[in-house]
Amino acid sequence: MSAQLPDTAELVIIGAGPAGMAAAIEARAAGAEVMLLDETPAAGGQIWRAVGTAPEARKALLGKEYAAGAALVSDFAACGAHHASGVSVWGVMPDGTGPIHVGVSESGAAGMIETRAVILATGAQERPLPVPGWTLPGVMGAGAAQIALKSGGLLPEGRCVLAGVGPLLYLLADQLLRAGVTPAALVETPSPRRRAALPHLPDFLRTPAFLKGAGLIARVRRRIPVITGAEALEITGESRAEALRYRRAGSWHEIPADLVLLHAGVVPSLNLAVAAGVPTRWNAVLRCFEPETDAAGATDLPGLFIAGDGAGIGGAERALPSGRRAAQAALAQLGREVDPLAAAEAQRQWHRADRGRAFIDRWFAPPPSLLAPQGETIACRCEEVPASAIRDAARLGAPGPNQIKTYLRCGMGPCQGRMCAASVTEIMADESGRDPADLGHLRFRTPVRPLSLAELAQLPAGEAARRAALGDAALPETPLPLPDRSS
Amino acid sequence: MFRRDPIPPGEAVEILLDGQPISARRGDSVAGALLAGGVTRFRDSVVSGAPRAPYCLMGTCFECLMTIDGVANRQACLVTVEPGMRITRQSGAPSLLPEAET
Repeated sequence: MSAQLPDTAELVIIGAGPAGMAAAIEARAAGAEVMLLDETPAAGGQIWRAVGTAPEARKALLGKEYAAGAALVSDFAACGAHHASGVSVWGVMPDGTGPIHVGVSESGAAGMIETRAVILATGAQERPLPVPGWTLPGVMGAGAAQIALKSGGLLPEGRCVLAGVGPLLYLLADQLLRAGVTPAALVETPSPRRRAALPHLPDFLRTPAFLKGAGLIARVRRRIPVITGAEALEITGESRAEALRYRRAGSWHEIPADLVLLHAGVVPSLNLAVAAGVPTRWNAVLRCFEPETDAAGATDLPGLFIAGDGAGIGGAERALPSGRRAAQAALAQLGREVDPLAAAEAQRQWHRADRGRAFIDRWFAPPPSLLAPQGETIACRCEEVPASAIRDAARLGAPGPNQIKTYLRCGMGPCQGRMCAASVTEIMADESGRDPADLGHLRFRTPVRPLSLAELAQLPAGEAARRAALGDAALPETPLPLPDRSS
Repeated sequence: MFRRDPIPPGEAVEILLDGQPISARRGDSVAGALLAGGVTRFRDSVVSGAPRAPYCLMGTCFECLMTIDGVANRQACLVTVEPGMRITRQSGAPSLLPEAET
């Protein structure tokens, strides 16, 4: 393994977004020795991607909330945590009450770090929106376009259309307008159950997010056509996106587009938590699975904590106190003192940041019909499995997503189910009438990132290496017979 | 699909895509540099050979897999450009046979 990564740490935090940085600062203040591992080149996570190096002019067009991240990034840099950037984590392997092994890979070299506590702060990913044509070049997540803008100053060129549902569509449209790019349209596909948000409106009206959001939506609506109430989307084109088509009030319309930016909210990144053995629960409002944790982020596995959006979607502002609370829980586990005042303060911050979420969660909920595609629409991008194949297998009586994986290879490609796990569950639920909560999701396994055989061979022999190579598969009691090579 | 914003960019760095020079900026991810360079097709898919390009730009979708400096299947969105970096597109499923020495 790389010379710069030690092989032990008191506390390992995975992810340098708001939750991970807040957790690191909290744990360092209590004197813990902290190693923070992150896949990207610089701290900030996706929400504050490259905020430490972005020119002032770019920070200005991305807005105050983005620019504000620079303060936390510099507090984190000064807190004394060991920040290892550009490191992929492929497994978190708890071993009962013993140490936890964290599998890492950096520049093609794999290794393991032994620790007593781990905070997963791996955040969220955009919810895949599997509409016809979504695999064409020229179709991306709206979040991807925002990352391109934050990290490289890239702006859409040609005709750009934003489609789907979620506050990010309006935020991105506003940022693009400020950068001098006028999207051709924003096509919104609200949930048919949007009214379920209204009882939560009074609470939302009292939050700062209301004024900010209302102003944002009004600005966007003044400058670009906003089409609301679309029921279905598809992208057409031969070898790249040429147009977005949408159905509204039963009839189809077409908008020529060089770049289609899709969005349907964000969902927790589950792979590391599930592969470590954390059970999940179905969140019917947010239509996603979440790892089971207590309010502070502790899982049932000793020493393993989850903070921020990875524990349940709540946004950056809620991720900060979530990170602090997870750090406090981890510190207690490590036998360090936690100031009860700090614990109470983090809890207050969390509840303050949570206000208004009940409205936002419901108002921007995705329409279930868009998440459960039909026919030849590709559900699993890696293995190119169409929705119809999953529906056929569900009708034949496949008991759950893991049988679909065995039959059709969904989730067995390089993304390891990140882009299809939600769709497989949604399609099965739609086809069979069963509740997603009962169906569950694809089982994610260690290593959660592809490892080369060379990397596997570098690992020190032992139980953790065995789990890296074989997941949790049981080894046969007797060794497999070797083929006779004498003849 | 993309162009760079007018904010003064960082130092220019040249990389090679299938042997053709592309001008990147120091600090770019490989995927970002290629998108800014007008590249729309990053690879041809393993099953049907259809053209693909990055979808998430954050390490989740694995659509930007490319061969970078001889190492196959690297996520172009997670690799930072280096001067002279050689990037090649991957087309379809790789052969398991050893490559002929040329």
